[in-house]
Amino acid sequence: MEHLELFFKSVFVDNMVFAYFLGMCSYLAVSKKVSTAVGLGAAVIFVLTVTVPINWLLDQYILQEGALTWLGPEYATYDLSFLSFILFIATIATMVQLVEIIVEKFSPSLYNSLGIFLPLIAVNCAILGGSLFMQSREIASFGLALNYGFSSGIGWFLAILAIAAIREKIRYSNVPAPLRGLGITFIITGLMAIGFMSFGGMLTGGDEETPSLDSQPENIGMELPKENTEETTETATVSSTITAQ
Amino acid sequence: MGLLSKKDSKLILDPLADNNPITIQVLGICSALAITAQLKPSIVMAISVLFVMGVGNIVISLMRNIIPSKIRIIVQLVVVATLVIIVDQVLKAFAYELSKELSVFIGLIITNCIIMGRFEAFALGNGVWRSFLDGIGNAAGYGVILIIVGFFRELLGSGTLFGFKVLGDPVAKTGLYAIGYENNGFMVLPPMALIVVGIIIWVQRSKNKDLIEEN
Repeated sequence: MEHLELFFKSVFVDNMVFAYFLGMCSYLAVSKKVSTAVGLGAAVIFVLTVTVPINWLLDQYILQEGALTWLGPEYATYDLSFLSFILFIATIATMVQLVEIIVEKFSPSLYNSLGIFLPLIAVNCAILGGSLFMQSREIASFGLALNYGFSSGIGWFLAILAIAAIREKIRYSNVPAPLRGLGITFIITGLMAIGFMSFGGMLTGGDEETPSLDSQPENIGMELPKENTEETTETATVSSTITAQ
Repeated sequence: MGLLSKKDSKLILDPLADNNPITIQVLGICSALAITAQLKPSIVMAISVLFVMGVGNIVISLMRNIIPSKIRIIVQLVVVATLVIIVDQVLKAFAYELSKELSVFIGLIITNCIIMGRFEAFALGNGVWRSFLDGIGNAAGYGVILIIVGFFRELLGSGTLFGFKVLGDPVAKTGLYAIGYENNGFMVLPPMALIVVGIIIWVQRSKNKDLIEEN
């Protein structure tokens, strides 16, 4: 149940793109075609699923205050959390290099179509953001960290897939000239984000302050009856599709 | 400008408008939008990025001949991460409330595409002084958009600027509120940041027809 709740929360309520604008650069630049969007989305899911748990281990056993206790009692007071940026980004850069090598070997066509954006996954905010949110939300176990990485990846994937599909369609519409390309994409993303806001009431019990993550007790959503949750999801999906159109 | 040659001042002025990192190059939107609900965090963010980009471009430009090209991304990330840690620690020490408000977004300056983009495109191939100017120019172009967005969102959303009630008091019904004006609470919510940037792009491109994209 805990896992299921975290999954839905990360995919819909705290969607990387629509709630926090993470990974917008590649989201805007690679969303012109559905096929490339799928490739990049898959790469992001993979990298997030790998890096968030690894960074969770680093956080638990090296960075946090008192995390070094396993080295001996004299290390118990060390607090290395100021090093977390550099350690997290190093992990991410290494993993991205690995993914790049694997993709180049097994799917040269995907490698070519992703072009410069594969190395740029290293600087995709969604990836680092995943690790930093994992740290600031104090995710409790390795399994949950794995789940969190995977589900935020899915959320990002859904977002880029949706915008790519819309952009393929919008090519045939008569958009005002100055808005063409970037401008209209921004506005559509804004509308989609408004649609996704309706998921906000799904697990938090309608709390307005979703951005301040730390204040929200985790177990409020558990009290909601299950049918109720599903109903909200359904209506929210409908309304977001309407907005998207 | 006596201090700067024509070419150098172009480096600073171009990114402010016609080659703006956010509205034209589509870089660095990631960490920008979420913190623009108010003016103060927007300005702090703009200054942080200005510092990181200026210093970062100098460092990378100084090291450009000794960085092996295969591992340059990791080297760049380490340089940025170090600078961002400095910014983060300074903010935690002197503006703790604000650093709580910006939460992970200070950390996300590391992955701000403008910084990596300028390192790759400029600092690796140019001298120290020019790289510095380029860094400052691009960070300023980024900051200008942040401040515009922050200004409108705070003014229309909460009726305040820097927390001062410039439009009167909504509870006591003074100022504009006396004649029936209401705050648009929607402006404070995250999606409006995207729409405001979309409108800025619209205005900018209607003024300058050269920037219009094909589709």
